[in-house]
Amino acid sequence: METPAGRVARISSVLGPGDHLGACLARWGIGRMSYMVPAGLYALGNPAAADPILVTANYKMSYDSVRQALVGRNCWLLVLETYGINVWCAAGKGTFGTGELVNRITSSRLANIVSHRRVILPILGAPGVSAHEVARRSGFSVSYAAIRANDLPEYLDKGLTTTPAMQSLNFNFYDRLVLIPVELVLALKSIAVAGGGLFVSFAVTSGLGAGLTAFLGWLGACLAGIVVGPLLLPWLPGRSFAVKGAVAGLVWSVLFFLLVGGQAWGAGPTIAAFLALPAVSAFHTLNFTGCSPYTSRSGVKKEMRMAIPAMGGAVVVSLLVLLVGRFL
Amino acid sequence: MKGFRYLKDVATLNLDQPTCIGCGRCLEVCPHQVFSLVGKQASIVDRDACMECGACALNCPVKAITVDCGVGCASGMINEWLQERKLGKLGGGNCCS
Repeated sequence: METPAGRVARISSVLGPGDHLGACLARWGIGRMSYMVPAGLYALGNPAAADPILVTANYKMSYDSVRQALVGRNCWLLVLETYGINVWCAAGKGTFGTGELVNRITSSRLANIVSHRRVILPILGAPGVSAHEVARRSGFSVSYAAIRANDLPEYLDKGLTTTPAMQSLNFNFYDRLVLIPVELVLALKSIAVAGGGLFVSFAVTSGLGAGLTAFLGWLGACLAGIVVGPLLLPWLPGRSFAVKGAVAGLVWSVLFFLLVGGQAWGAGPTIAAFLALPAVSAFHTLNFTGCSPYTSRSGVKKEMRMAIPAMGGAVVVSLLVLLVGRFL
Repeated sequence: MKGFRYLKDVATLNLDQPTCIGCGRCLEVCPHQVFSLVGKQASIVDRDACMECGACALNCPVKAITVDCGVGCASGMINEWLQERKLGKLGGGNCCS
């Protein structure tokens, strides 16, 4: 559409099958690092000078969630260049930040297009944006609206008021479930490489069956840590993610022991399995702190100071037990 | 956050109350309702809920808040640690790089 500052692309609020397919693939890590839209100003519906400006990241899933939430409304959508990263992670890195917002306000010539001086940001963008700095440098005041794009209509209808519900985070079963595919894909290489090494060592020393068994134990421990730990997060005991993961891994160790007839293993391999497998699961669940919206850096540091030596120690001891058992 | 609590007594969040002007920005940006306005000044009411995102500190116009913020995932931190010692990079830690 035509504006006093030149042409602005008009976009739709309705997502097509391609948008849903793209999101689904990105969840599995396919094309995820290049899933983006061009940064800049867009017109949703037929906005006028008095209509609100909403700011988002150029990760396509972020942009889609905002435009979809605003169906039937007239708004300006200012998309920041975050290099295809979502609002929260980009704010943490500073790309969804004061500098980019100020530059984008200027380069889009917003002051010539709208009659007000306010931009509306997602609350999770606040770790990258200094509202008073933006106001000082651009003349636009910043309003932090809500955590979820879905709450934007209510926020706008209530005259730009944030309710307590709009400001509180959720991390329900489904929220955790959608994060797991990409975690699996990212871990795939290390699972395959270490699992392959394990398979070969056991196959060479104790036969093909032992190789397969060891690989199964390893795979199960990884899945317990990557899939089961995060899914059962609120129900696993303790506050520490490593402890939660170790519990999931311990349960897997018992199942694995019963499943493959561990009664015939003897003391050495049994001790080794019950030490190493929970440690593997603990590591993977500890890593899920990066996906959780409530863990602090200092907390993760504290956990790592205790958990990394404990996990490393468990793996080393279990290897020693296996080696000693082999040569005695 | 309902149903989730992380480790106790670890958050590095600090508020210098005498400096606070009571603008309420920290209450607006905090996703864990760590702050509350008591009279004309903010106060920390739930430090253990803090995830150290740094939004409050960055948005405080009088710099009354300090917090040690940064990457919070284990592999990200292992990578930081390795890079500081120039020991290369761990695979799988590029989730949000």
